[in-house]
Amino acid sequence: MRILAAVLAATTCLIGVANAANVFPIDRATILAGSAFDFKVEFAGVVKAEDVSITINGEPAAKILGKDVAFIAKEEGVDASAVLLRAAKVIKPGLYTVEVKAGNDTKTVHWDVYGTPDTPKAKNIIFFLGDGMSVAHRTGARLLSKGMTEGKADGRLAMDDLDHMAFIGTSSTNAIATDSANTMSAHMTGHKTAVNALGVYADRTKDPLDDPRVENVTEALARTGRKSVGIVTTAEVEDATPAAVVAHTRLRDRKAEIVEMMFALKPEVVLGGGSAYFLPKSTPGSKRKDDQDFIKAFTEAGYSLATDAGALQAVGQANAGKILGLFHTGNMDSVLDRKFLKKGTVNKFPDQPGLVDMTKVALAQLAKNPDGFFLMVEGATIDKMSHPMDWDRALYDTIEFDQALRVAMDFAKEHPDTLVVATPDHTHGVSIIGTIDDDKPGEDMREKVGVYAAAGFPNYTDADGDGYPDKVDVSRRLAVFANNFPDYYETWQPKMNGPFDPAIKNEKGEYVANAAYKDAPGAVLRIGNIPRSTDTAVHAVDDGILQASGPGSEAFKGYLEESDVYRVLVEAFALAPAQK
Amino acid sequence: MILSHPSRNRPAAGPAGPAAPARRAFVVHGTRLLLGAGCAILVAHPATAAARLDFDELYAKVTVLGLTFSDKVKSLDGQIVTMRGFMAPPLKAEANFFVLTEIPMSICPFCSSDSDWPDNIVVIYLDRAQTFAQANAPIDATGRLEVGSWTDPATGFVSLLRLVGASFSKV
Repeated sequence: MRILAAVLAATTCLIGVANAANVFPIDRATILAGSAFDFKVEFAGVVKAEDVSITINGEPAAKILGKDVAFIAKEEGVDASAVLLRAAKVIKPGLYTVEVKAGNDTKTVHWDVYGTPDTPKAKNIIFFLGDGMSVAHRTGARLLSKGMTEGKADGRLAMDDLDHMAFIGTSSTNAIATDSANTMSAHMTGHKTAVNALGVYADRTKDPLDDPRVENVTEALARTGRKSVGIVTTAEVEDATPAAVVAHTRLRDRKAEIVEMMFALKPEVVLGGGSAYFLPKSTPGSKRKDDQDFIKAFTEAGYSLATDAGALQAVGQANAGKILGLFHTGNMDSVLDRKFLKKGTVNKFPDQPGLVDMTKVALAQLAKNPDGFFLMVEGATIDKMSHPMDWDRALYDTIEFDQALRVAMDFAKEHPDTLVVATPDHTHGVSIIGTIDDDKPGEDMREKVGVYAAAGFPNYTDADGDGYPDKVDVSRRLAVFANNFPDYYETWQPKMNGPFDPAIKNEKGEYVANAAYKDAPGAVLRIGNIPRSTDTAVHAVDDGILQASGPGSEAFKGYLEESDVYRVLVEAFALAPAQK
Repeated sequence: MILSHPSRNRPAAGPAGPAAPARRAFVVHGTRLLLGAGCAILVAHPATAAARLDFDELYAKVTVLGLTFSDKVKSLDGQIVTMRGFMAPPLKAEANFFVLTEIPMSICPFCSSDSDWPDNIVVIYLDRAQTFAQANAPIDATGRLEVGSWTDPATGFVSLLRLVGASFSKV
């Protein structure tokens, strides 16, 4: 009984906190001086306009924010009042205390508005985002690509030679766990937000397009100068990571609207998959629900269009202006499928360019701008293959990511005013624990897992020197396992017939092991350890490791919140010099 | 419900109601046939035999700028066809439509913000609401093929290929 009372008290206390007003930007927000952001106060209940008082550092809010706020007596679908100001700005760097009051409903938040040096350190930034790239991906890519003798790597990855590094805290505003939308949004805006959100704080109204916006890097660059922006990914270009460079929505799946937002900002180079959201709904293959034709819109706006690797090379050499390269209706295939196995959807889209070629074309184009550029390159398939625990594909894609990074590092050698960053957005619960050796005796695959000294070394070869193992299904290969998983059949083998599909949904809404793998030789059923409603392995809460070289990169050290990464970028570009 | 006078703009959907558990009613060209579950239509009524259409026969061309329906699909527009595939996790347990996919769906685009439908789905509008079938096993869906973009007014779901007035059975 006493326990119950304590629980009730705790619950009441929590409700008490939840009932206070919400203020966006949130407490401890870091805000680039002069950047546009929406200011919103959500009161817990209906309040009268005349009872509302909002001060910033003791002064009326309008004086600091540049405009007066609007009072909303009752928000759509909510029995409560709010205050909203779109595109507010705080010009002067400093600490700001925002005090909101309406009757008994009060809230105080603090903002850190930061300026930058007056002079840029870097002319260009190349931001490499390995989606979901964890320590195991790096180690595995090095082992597969370079090999190892007597415990020492036989070669180094490109990222192994970046000069500075930091641990990055990837958590979201509403959970310790995180996803690719809110994490990349933090990188690209300097504000943390909620899972699934891009370029906005998550407010309480239902509309996913009305949430309080914060400025992203593309908008900041358009506001402050004439730098070009490039987006390169192996995912759909409207997928969460590339979307974070341009978009504002509470829900990352609003891909049709994200294409519209991308078109509004017109980055100079856009390369990846996802053409289905560019096609009007009347075109078979479209995923739009309207008749807008964004292939037409982009080409009419002066973009050269490429739809396969050959055309991309031609467009790249044609001294074209802006480039739109769409190479798949959905996500592009993994490099293991594209280059080696020809599985996945490679039969439908046989001439997809890889990340290296896309990076080369993007850099050549963007480098023509004398004012410099910001290029985001995403190794998306690292994450897309880590979710279904297809570790071979995930590691091959990490190698491809690293080879594309090598292109950027070579560019930076020629152009030393270039800051190069390589970072994950979040991590996965994955580790390499040894090897799997088919030549060990017996049929029981579990006994063929070599641990400690019995692991020995894998027997991948790279005779052609392309950086990828010649053969993925070697007899002594890496033993890679997830620490979290749905029910699935562990086959102990690379998936030679296409990407792994570990679990499928049954009639009760639960994910069950995909029976397609049941009869693979040696397959065993592993009972999951995550909720049965979860389709594949999930993101880890573990820190990510960011590495960087070039002007400004020395600021990456120790532990940083993901939102702090943006501050290093805009300081390198000097986007908020002191107002004269 | 008369299926020989279909409206292209409104997939036929019968009144919602529980499906008979053991026996399933097929409506083919106005003829009501009562069949045991799993019994093939082809045997029962060869004159109105449903043409078989496979997933790999749907499109003649798949490109970044769109898909092109195959001649077979075009020639079967408005005809009764049977397709074999997997029932994707539906919007709700009992519904009058579901998505038929070539391979079992490991993701649920209806419930996850990070997933998307494959390109080559077919939407099955049932002649009555029915409960979801086990996704781990293939089904045969039979109905009148509709070709072309259509937006479901109730859900906003856009489809290119539909089987309407359809029923399904386990293989």
